[in-house]
Amino acid sequence: MVISIASGKGGTGKTTIAVNLALSLNNIQLIDCDVEEPNCHLFLRPQIEKRFPVGIATPEVDESRCDYCGKCAEACQFKALAVIKGSVLRFSELCHGCGACSYICPQDAIEEKVREIGIIEIGKSGDIEFIHGILNVGEAMSVPIIRKEKGLVDRTKTVIIDASPGASCPVVMAVEGTDFCLLVTEPTPFGLNDLKIAVEMARELSVPTGVVVNCADIGDRKVWEYCTKERIPVLMEIPWDRRIAEAYSKGIPLVEKMPEYKDKFRELYDQMKALVEVGPAFSYVAK
Amino acid sequence: MKQLTVISGKGGTGKTTITAAFASLAKNIVMADADVDAADLHLVLSPEVKETYEFKSGCVPVMDESKCDQCGICEELCRFDAIQNLTIDLISCEGCGLCALACPNEAIRMEDHCQGHLFISQTRFGPMVHARLGIAEENSGKLVSLVRQRAREIAEKEGRDLIIVDGPPGIGCPVIASIGGVDMVLVVTEPTISGIHDMERIAGVARHFKVPALVCINKYDINMENSTKIEVYCQKNGIGVVGSIPYDVCVTKAMVHEKSIIEHDCGRVTTEMRIIWEKVQNSLQ
Repeated sequence: MVISIASGKGGTGKTTIAVNLALSLNNIQLIDCDVEEPNCHLFLRPQIEKRFPVGIATPEVDESRCDYCGKCAEACQFKALAVIKGSVLRFSELCHGCGACSYICPQDAIEEKVREIGIIEIGKSGDIEFIHGILNVGEAMSVPIIRKEKGLVDRTKTVIIDASPGASCPVVMAVEGTDFCLLVTEPTPFGLNDLKIAVEMARELSVPTGVVVNCADIGDRKVWEYCTKERIPVLMEIPWDRRIAEAYSKGIPLVEKMPEYKDKFRELYDQMKALVEVGPAFSYVAK
Repeated sequence: MKQLTVISGKGGTGKTTITAAFASLAKNIVMADADVDAADLHLVLSPEVKETYEFKSGCVPVMDESKCDQCGICEELCRFDAIQNLTIDLISCEGCGLCALACPNEAIRMEDHCQGHLFISQTRFGPMVHARLGIAEENSGKLVSLVRQRAREIAEKEGRDLIIVDGPPGIGCPVIASIGGVDMVLVVTEPTISGIHDMERIAGVARHFKVPALVCINKYDINMENSTKIEVYCQKNGIGVVGSIPYDVCVTKAMVHEKSIIEHDCGRVTTEMRIIWEKVQNSLQ
């Protein structure tokens, strides 16, 4: 089973859930797809065994062949190329590496060279197979790294994917094709607002959802009212507890500090498994 | 006219709460919510929407099956696995248009596509520009740039002194779009291992794009040792620390009541917030 963990709102506890679920189960592959700000490694402290760069193909123009016809700039949907007064300007940070420019160039003047935008590291933390991606500081595009990470999913294991906050492309790439999307929220107006957006995203991707409410005893009851109305199961609640906050601040996994939580995470997994096996009747409203 | 963006790297450190507090304290401002993906500032500022615009920045491929001879060239060329068995998957599609260019029968055309909406609103603190990106849509960076552009236009037209931008989490495209060319960024961090790790990366982004940065430490009393680590890091890297805010459940209560932490008195949190605003204002001079 492949489980993605998303939220909408940042800071609700995605990494906490991902890491502690991984530490409570067997046969785990954990993939940290928050490549902008990966945090899982801070808690799991993996031994990295392999690392490889991730690049995207960016155009290089051979100006000796170029006749400045401008077809490349016209073809580029991302405005990553501009042809002005006898020169070709490239805006690499806008380039998606689609190849349209080199395809269309009538003079064959464009060669694509791979530009590194980040790395993927693979290793082990105890028995957990660990993978994360790290976007280089200053780079704009996280999706190509996440796409590569998703290509490493091993379906013979229980795969846990930690997504980034929000609900746009990087999260979509992380959640797409997973069997279950666990949404971590907090019972506050911001939490609920962003949860709704995340639910819409998961429904767009036809991935069933369930909710974990973190800091469950602060705020108000509207998250539960929403989940009841939308028939989204609330699978776990974690109270606000200074001990949990302090352990988190030190990089100590919750189940290490409070081992009684291992059973709760195992139960969470069992519930998700049951929902995936039962199918759409309970866990999402089909689009 | 100055521009300030509130960012964090790590999500959930308190950007929106602090931005709303600044809105309560500042005079003659325009607010901009650059978290177009999961906007929350409106939940405190309760904007009255005056103008709504469609955000159409990209195109999507549409296939005319009557012209398709199933040659498969589009599927072969697509680098985003967005064409499988000659069916276009708009979720995976990045809108590059290569399939349309390559189709020998011109069976694919690129069509304009509404990717979200931009709103110009009035709040009790002044005008606000905000947006909502469509579900699973691309080009969040472009929408952020548009939000900022509209905010600048309003500031110029109405003689506003300051644009305060509530930034998104992370370090990628939408964050970069929210900080380009601003006078200052305020990095809101928290004294956790994750918060520190992420703060260092976002500080690196600010440095990379040559934008001056200040830091404030939220919930500093969760881990005093880490708060000190943050102060040491900032000192080593020439980043001013403008304040440290204690953890207080009152902040959540203020949010539930749709008030800023200035309007809803949160004791020491409110006091510290005023001090932070003074320092940020001075830094913007």
